Amino acid sequence: MKINRRDLLKLAGFGGIVMASGMGRMGSWAKAAGENDFLFVQLSDTHWGFSGPPINPDSTGTLKKAVATVNGLQPQPDFIVFTGDLTHVTDDDKDRRTRMNQFREIISQLKVKDIKFMPGEHDAGLDEGEAFQELFGKTHYTFDHKGVHFIVIDNVSDPTSAIGDKQLEWVSEDLKQRDKDAPIVVFTHRPLFDLYPDWDWFTRDGNKVLEMLKPFSQVAVFNGHIHQENHQKIGNIFHHAAKGLMFPLPAPGSVPKKNPIPWDPAQPYKGLGFRRVGVEIKPTEITLTEFGVQGG
Amino acid sequence: MKSPRVKSLVIGLTMAIFITASLGVADEKEQVIRITAKRFEFSPKEITLNKGMPVLFEFGSMDRMHGFSCPGLKIRADIYPKKQNLLRFVPEKAGTFPFHCDNFCGTGHEGMVGTIIVKE
Repeated sequence: MKINRRDLLKLAGFGGIVMASGMGRMGSWAKAAGENDFLFVQLSDTHWGFSGPPINPDSTGTLKKAVATVNGLQPQPDFIVFTGDLTHVTDDDKDRRTRMNQFREIISQLKVKDIKFMPGEHDAGLDEGEAFQELFGKTHYTFDHKGVHFIVIDNVSDPTSAIGDKQLEWVSEDLKQRDKDAPIVVFTHRPLFDLYPDWDWFTRDGNKVLEMLKPFSQVAVFNGHIHQENHQKIGNIFHHAAKGLMFPLPAPGSVPKKNPIPWDPAQPYKGLGFRRVGVEIKPTEITLTEFGVQGG
Repeated sequence: MKSPRVKSLVIGLTMAIFITASLGVADEKEQVIRITAKRFEFSPKEITLNKGMPVLFEFGSMDRMHGFSCPGLKIRADIYPKKQNLLRFVPEKAGTFPFHCDNFCGTGHEGMVGTIIVKE
């Protein structure tokens, strides 16, 4: 799997946001798309239940606006993935379930009904994923779509924010069944590599999965957790962190503390958004298009 | 609110952890630092050490599992309740180093931080 380098440069050149040009490129992509080419949308860190007007005065409206924007995309994606922190942490088990139900009600308005979920530490870190599993199902699983193998890895339900030996064994067994040139996409909440350990932006045993993936020639990882875009290629593996949909966080190490970036009234929803991912088969290539909450 | 009986039990267990650690493993030349973790703070929050002097950290948790991570000094430990949690190291550089809880523990997790000061 190859990232289109031109697109990555373009992402950087636009300060992380591709607007009309991105939409236009997707339009032409759709016309040229092969039978097995497809789109999916990644949303992350919606933190439903968060309240803090200086950070996000539209905390109850942002997700709804993003849902409307996704519904307006043409063409519609084949599926949608939420890469964790669906809800904001609460110490109360009952409130946690209430927030998850409210979240589920809002995203039920999405036109696309094939939706993949995984937890973030805010959803699953306090009860080892119990409430999440009740309402959304398994925290780790695989699925296949048009020749691409997807692996959803849970690196938050363990109290130490590790993947754990049992799940690592499960990943290992799954990969044994794959050809070394098979396109593989991994979804996780926390980054698998040491993006910035001082701020807990890593997975304690993430290197074990990355070692397992080394022999494979076409691998991309999509994660959340850091509330901002971040694109890196480490070895043969591409890593793409997504923006959040409640509050942005500062660039790694840019400030002493990783406090949320306050709302800018002059630029509402700045730093928030989601992405559409186009996957082209033969040669497999992925194209990222970043959107603001309201499509801008 | 906890009942008085529960409070007594928690305090008793914590003391037992510290007494066991102190009697069992502390070295005469070590500086012994006892750190209590509870949602969502460490006590003490500021720790002063001397460069080159061995340190024995004795961790205790008053409620749930926490973590202690000081990336600047490359030390970390899991802190389990009702369990002896010890960490030895020798600070080899002077300076001020933040530490934080790195096992997600709830609403105030992000603010569960402290500072280690290593003097020359």
